[in-house]
Amino acid sequence: MPNTNTYKFSFTVLTLVLILCFFANISLGSVSIPFKTIFESLIGTTDNYIIQNYRLPKAFTAILVGSGLGISGLLMQTLFRNPLAGPFVLGITSGASLGVALLIMGSSVFGGFFATLLISKWSLVIAASLGSFLVLLTVLIVSSRVKDTMAILIIGLMFGSVTAAVVSVLSYFSSAEELQRYIFWGFGSLGDLQWNELKIFGFIYALGIVFSIASIKALNTLLLGENYAKSLGLNIKQSRLIVIIATSLLAGTITAFAGPIAFIGLAIPHITRQVFNTSNHKILLPAVFLIGAIVMLICDSIAQLPTSDYTLPINAITSLIGAPIVIWLLVRKRKMVF
Amino acid sequence: MTNKIEHTILETKNLSIGYKSKKAETIIASNINLELKEGQLIGLVGANGIGKSTLLRTLTQVQPELAGSLYLNNKPLNEYDNLELAQAMSLVLTEQIASKNLSVFELVALGRQPYTNWVGSLSETDIEIINKAITQTNIEDLKHKKCFELSDGQLQKVMITRALAQDTDLIILDEPTSHLDMYHKAYILKLLQQLAKETGKTILFSSHEIDLAIQLCDTMIVMTKTEVVSNSPANLIKQGAFNNLFPSDLIVFDEASGSFRVKK
Repeated sequence: MPNTNTYKFSFTVLTLVLILCFFANISLGSVSIPFKTIFESLIGTTDNYIIQNYRLPKAFTAILVGSGLGISGLLMQTLFRNPLAGPFVLGITSGASLGVALLIMGSSVFGGFFATLLISKWSLVIAASLGSFLVLLTVLIVSSRVKDTMAILIIGLMFGSVTAAVVSVLSYFSSAEELQRYIFWGFGSLGDLQWNELKIFGFIYALGIVFSIASIKALNTLLLGENYAKSLGLNIKQSRLIVIIATSLLAGTITAFAGPIAFIGLAIPHITRQVFNTSNHKILLPAVFLIGAIVMLICDSIAQLPTSDYTLPINAITSLIGAPIVIWLLVRKRKMVF
Repeated sequence: MTNKIEHTILETKNLSIGYKSKKAETIIASNINLELKEGQLIGLVGANGIGKSTLLRTLTQVQPELAGSLYLNNKPLNEYDNLELAQAMSLVLTEQIASKNLSVFELVALGRQPYTNWVGSLSETDIEIINKAITQTNIEDLKHKKCFELSDGQLQKVMITRALAQDTDLIILDEPTSHLDMYHKAYILKLLQQLAKETGKTILFSSHEIDLAIQLCDTMIVMTKTEVVSNSPANLIKQGAFNNLFPSDLIVFDEASGSFRVKK
């Protein structure tokens, strides 16, 4: 739509910042690696074990997580016309936490079978995926019976409460060690992924992005409200389903592989709308991708506490950085763009 | 008066409207026979709760008819799919739009959605039609403003422009003059009259501005508890259709001035 040139400038700047953050993220950590070495390693002239097997997958994970959560947050906020909606309103995180809680803490409650499962590294991923898939499926089945989109939001929240309650009952009966394991999962983590896991992650992420791009027109039409959208020929139920599938694929795999990363999904769309001052999803979608990836790379770099051996929980950093940015933008512009 | 044969855009035959639940049918009005002609401005009037909204919701296929048939351009209305209907009928609703952060141009451009490709790109023809609609409703100076900056009257003009850009034979407006001051009520209805004449589109609106509608409409549809009649305002006055519109204890219709007077 109008002023494509001003957007072009912003996109160029953001792309450059993203590349810079990508290199900075790889460079910073317990051991600092000079940019030159990174570059040589990327084009394959030198082999660097840390870069190729640790830093690079982590940087890619950060990009996928930040952009994916941002985009699914954007989809949910437009679909529900609610600035407080995020990628997890459909019960995806609560389902994943339930799956993981059952796996980690269920061993003391149910014994035997669950305890043997804990050994495999994939079991956490599978438990989280299964949990979020089952809760999401229930939410979808219940929502298909309601006409009102807002009701889906409430139904998602209710399922969230139910699973949270089950998790607290499980925690009550579990040992301190199990509880700690569960809490550590809840901190989120970007650095645990190997290349083969990243491939699966990337594939499902790409599918989610395809569905997101396919819903751009529907999302723009929904800016008028559902009745107007319908009068413009939009098939509301079908579009709603595509948006929900996109969100589930993105937020679901991210939670499965990186844990419940907080705040990014809620904050990034707001930051992007403030920066670009538009509601057009053709602009917002790529912009959210870039800003989400940048913010996540920065958060991860900070969480590594460069040159120290400590790593802070990524979830703490996303909120510590994200919340002040959103507050600052709102105060500065004095007007919420939504 | 010209003698050309006017094409019928929307036609209802023995239409019954109301609500259907599992147990019972609630009929709000029945035996409705309407013929909306090309290029006409048609006003739908009636007391609160008489079923104006139900009639409009039935005409726009938001809710199904209970009996009878509806034809849009001589094709049964229920044979239209979503997209075809969007290319034949556009709406201006009473509800607020969800995002007021859209610019006026972007909002009007959304009227082209039924014609654009999968990602909603505007072609040059689309932009031409959008700009033409913006000129027709005289809102060039608002083009780059955001919707939250507009007054109610301006926003209503923008919504009408969006419906124009949708380029349909029929435009239906649900109470386009509510929330507006007296000047803007007259302005909006006058604009609709002018648009119907200039563009040849059929414009149907519901309103409580009976005196304005009498002055401006080509045809009026009067809904009372017992019947739904449609005719030119002058004929309706002769028939005494407005006399039964409201309970006669408080206001009476004055045929000479074409407006209601409070009983002394």
